[in-house]
Amino acid sequence: MAQPEKQPVAVGDRVRFTLNGKEVCVQADPMARLLDVLREDLGLTGSKEGCGEGECGACSVLLDGQVVCSCLVPIFQVEGSKVRSVEGLPADGPLQQGLASGRGVQCGACTPGLVMAVQALLERHNRPGRALIREALAGNLCRCTGYQGIFEAVEQLVQPAGGEA
Amino acid sequence: MPSPVLVRAVGANPPRSDGLPKVSGQAAYTDDLKIPGMWHGATVRCREARARILSIDPTPALEADPELVFISARDVPGGNVLQLIEADWPVLADQELRHPFEAVALVAAPTRERAVQAASRVVVQTEALPAVVSLEQALALPESEQKILARCAIDHGDVEAAFAAPPDGARVFEGVFRTGHQEHIYIEPQGMIAIPQPVGFEIVGSMQCPYYIHHALCALFELEPGQLRVRQAFTGGGFGGKEDYPDMISAHAALLARKAGKPVKIIYERHEDIVATTKRHPSEVHHKTLVAADGSLLAMEIAVELDGGAYTTLSPVVLSRAVLHAGGPYRCPHVRIRGRVHATNTATNGAFRGFGAPQSSYAIERQIDRIGRALGIDPFSLRQLNAYRLGDVTPTGQVLDESVSALECLELAAARSNYLERWQKLEQTRQSARTAHSLQGIGLSLVWHGSGFTGNGEQRMKCSAAVRLCAGGRLEVLVASTDFGQGTSTVLAQIVADAIGLPVDRVEVAASDTAFVPDSGPTVASRTVMIVGGILKRAARALLAELANFLAVRKGCGVGDLRFEEGRFRGPEDADQGGLELVGDDYLAEHGRLEITRHFEPLNSAHHFDEETYTGTAYPAYGWLCDVVELSVDADTLGVRVDKCTMACDVGKAIHPELCKGQVEGGTLQALAWGYMEEIKLDQGRYLNDRLATYIIPTSKDVPEFETILLENPTSCGPFGAKGVGELPMDAGAPALQAALDCALGIVSSRVPATPESLLADFVAGRVLPDGAAPALGESLPVRGDS
Repeated sequence: MAQPEKQPVAVGDRVRFTLNGKEVCVQADPMARLLDVLREDLGLTGSKEGCGEGECGACSVLLDGQVVCSCLVPIFQVEGSKVRSVEGLPADGPLQQGLASGRGVQCGACTPGLVMAVQALLERHNRPGRALIREALAGNLCRCTGYQGIFEAVEQLVQPAGGEA
Repeated sequence: MPSPVLVRAVGANPPRSDGLPKVSGQAAYTDDLKIPGMWHGATVRCREARARILSIDPTPALEADPELVFISARDVPGGNVLQLIEADWPVLADQELRHPFEAVALVAAPTRERAVQAASRVVVQTEALPAVVSLEQALALPESEQKILARCAIDHGDVEAAFAAPPDGARVFEGVFRTGHQEHIYIEPQGMIAIPQPVGFEIVGSMQCPYYIHHALCALFELEPGQLRVRQAFTGGGFGGKEDYPDMISAHAALLARKAGKPVKIIYERHEDIVATTKRHPSEVHHKTLVAADGSLLAMEIAVELDGGAYTTLSPVVLSRAVLHAGGPYRCPHVRIRGRVHATNTATNGAFRGFGAPQSSYAIERQIDRIGRALGIDPFSLRQLNAYRLGDVTPTGQVLDESVSALECLELAAARSNYLERWQKLEQTRQSARTAHSLQGIGLSLVWHGSGFTGNGEQRMKCSAAVRLCAGGRLEVLVASTDFGQGTSTVLAQIVADAIGLPVDRVEVAASDTAFVPDSGPTVASRTVMIVGGILKRAARALLAELANFLAVRKGCGVGDLRFEEGRFRGPEDADQGGLELVGDDYLAEHGRLEITRHFEPLNSAHHFDEETYTGTAYPAYGWLCDVVELSVDADTLGVRVDKCTMACDVGKAIHPELCKGQVEGGTLQALAWGYMEEIKLDQGRYLNDRLATYIIPTSKDVPEFETILLENPTSCGPFGAKGVGELPMDAGAPALQAALDCALGIVSSRVPATPESLLADFVAGRVLPDGAAPALGESLPVRGDS
């Protein structure tokens, strides 16, 4: 992961980063979790806390294009970075429609994080096959769907050209 | 009276009504809600399995943070109990702790961090008492010292006589089967907000059963029904785990809110959610089966023992369902089933998808497999021989007079997966596969699951549901039934739309809020579509009839001259009398309001269940399911990879086939994982797998390929023939998976989960197939003496 020369942020410093394409500046404890800053300070509650220890992926966001668990990222680490959360994606884009219209969503608690993981996958691969999709979503636990409806929704999105793993 | 027209929404797949808000992150779950002036609550807990509470001292917490609010049992009104089946579940432990991490006291503070810190500063002094920390330990106690929370018995035919005088060639098989805890792991942990009102409270949170909370808190705080309002926020999964426990968190939040005079939110973080909330009951099931030489079941004697945890909560009904499903979907003339729930000093076990049936289904399916092996009959043929047919009689004496699909499911799943040929081939090659590193296996299971409450539960509760006419010809469905992922808000709208022939986008299911919706009963027992959907269908038709009467009077024609098609009234002849929006708005202008409520009515008056003798119609309808599991096992590590699962499932009528498949696939993955992956180990009653890093559930890389086949053999007791589907898949996965392990390894597991460690212990103990076909293990694994 590329970590360009960042200056550590001292206590009380402000942290500046790009959130969903807009510059933001927050004043927070440098060890505050990115998840809490998003949810509490910035009012973006799309990212969910499912475990608080990086196992479930419900809090997944993109940090400089990489999928990360925002519960594991101290806010000082995002200084100067680009953060994207579910709120930065279209509310009813093709991916969103595809998941919502089939059986890719049930309770929805894992969904925003999962959408970010799919987004990251699609930004790297035009036509991911089932094996790549499985790999890309392995950090996002879903307890409802049995995953197959999610796989199919993603595959539909990249069809009809067909996929190769 | 207008006649309903052709069915359109039912059987189609309209987009789920809550889909886009969830996918876009806009749906507001409990922890996403902020209320001005809101404080945060936290719970004080102790680690002991059983102890006397000597003192609870909040002084250090109050000295550090004088603003906070503190509550212990002495602040709890009434009897300090939550009303469920019994009144034995304390809101806060008083004098004695009965299980690890039981709630002892509560604190609230302006921020969550301060509340959590304060809870850690409260000093609780205890004196340990002797504890019973497992089902094994409870069963080893002398009968006089066993604490039994519930019992249940079924007697059918004459079991004594059957075993005493077996026909020539008949054999007796005995087996013991054990299952462990299972944790729900809904991805959204439990959470609740209580907002104090001048009198009473408003409760909003993550829940399955708003009226359970309503009843429990009205009793606890001695409130009139109108003084308490309970509404559901978006709820991130439940699976039974948010059936009873939200009563507890609501009570805690309300106690704090009342004392603080502010709204109080309590959100469990994952560790607290795992250690404090309910689990699937561990079980031990004993089978003794008399079988004729040809494989026909002649007599069964079954004992079901469940670990209820520390308090009664829902255990009696879990036991009832376990016992009623214990004989499996198989005819047998003589059956005796005994069930008991034992109290242990572990957190209460409660509702979890399947509700007792997965435990007893696992046991009977493993027993059938053992019998087949001993008699030399393949698993398919033995089930085909014994499976229920139309007209067969269950152990409660219920005649299965419609919608019986055991054979169809069995034959379809087997045909689609080429089961018999694959099984025979793998059985024959097991010996020669000894040097392979990846061993293949295929396994099959057949299950049934009763839809709706057991016995006379529905008649007794007389639940109600309503349909309301809104401006513009729209209908609103009013039910307390909650959607926590299943998609029932969409499915109920489809039922109402087709009940009268209205486009489905004109029907909306209102938020589940006790201020507005009638008590349609708890969202449990696979009852929402079949039972509540059935009530709604009648309510919708009554609403249309009322509008037709209104229109007939206006037009001076007979109501019989009118019909309703494509959302418009027509007649006499082909005269267009306007759409529902026109007639409906006219009605509302004249009468102000049209809301039709209907109560449950049994569709078959012959259905009756005697709860004393456990005889009669246990369920109005049963779902049927056959799973075929194909898997590979690493011969060195015994790691299991499930490759494919074929599920043939009779749901009566798939109102929304996509959502229905989603229930089957999601339930199947939970069931498979329970069979080999999900494990809770205990130490002194404490769960050792108490976080997501150690309690392992399947990821996208663990899930097999699913082939889901929906059969539609309608029941007269559900709307459009629909039966329940939510729980059924939970019954079938584990036994099919372990049958495939037998096939792959020659190691016979009789325990859920069959982890690599457990399989190794089985192997070391010699629990292998009698043909000596134990596989490559012997060569590659160190064998130790433990078992």
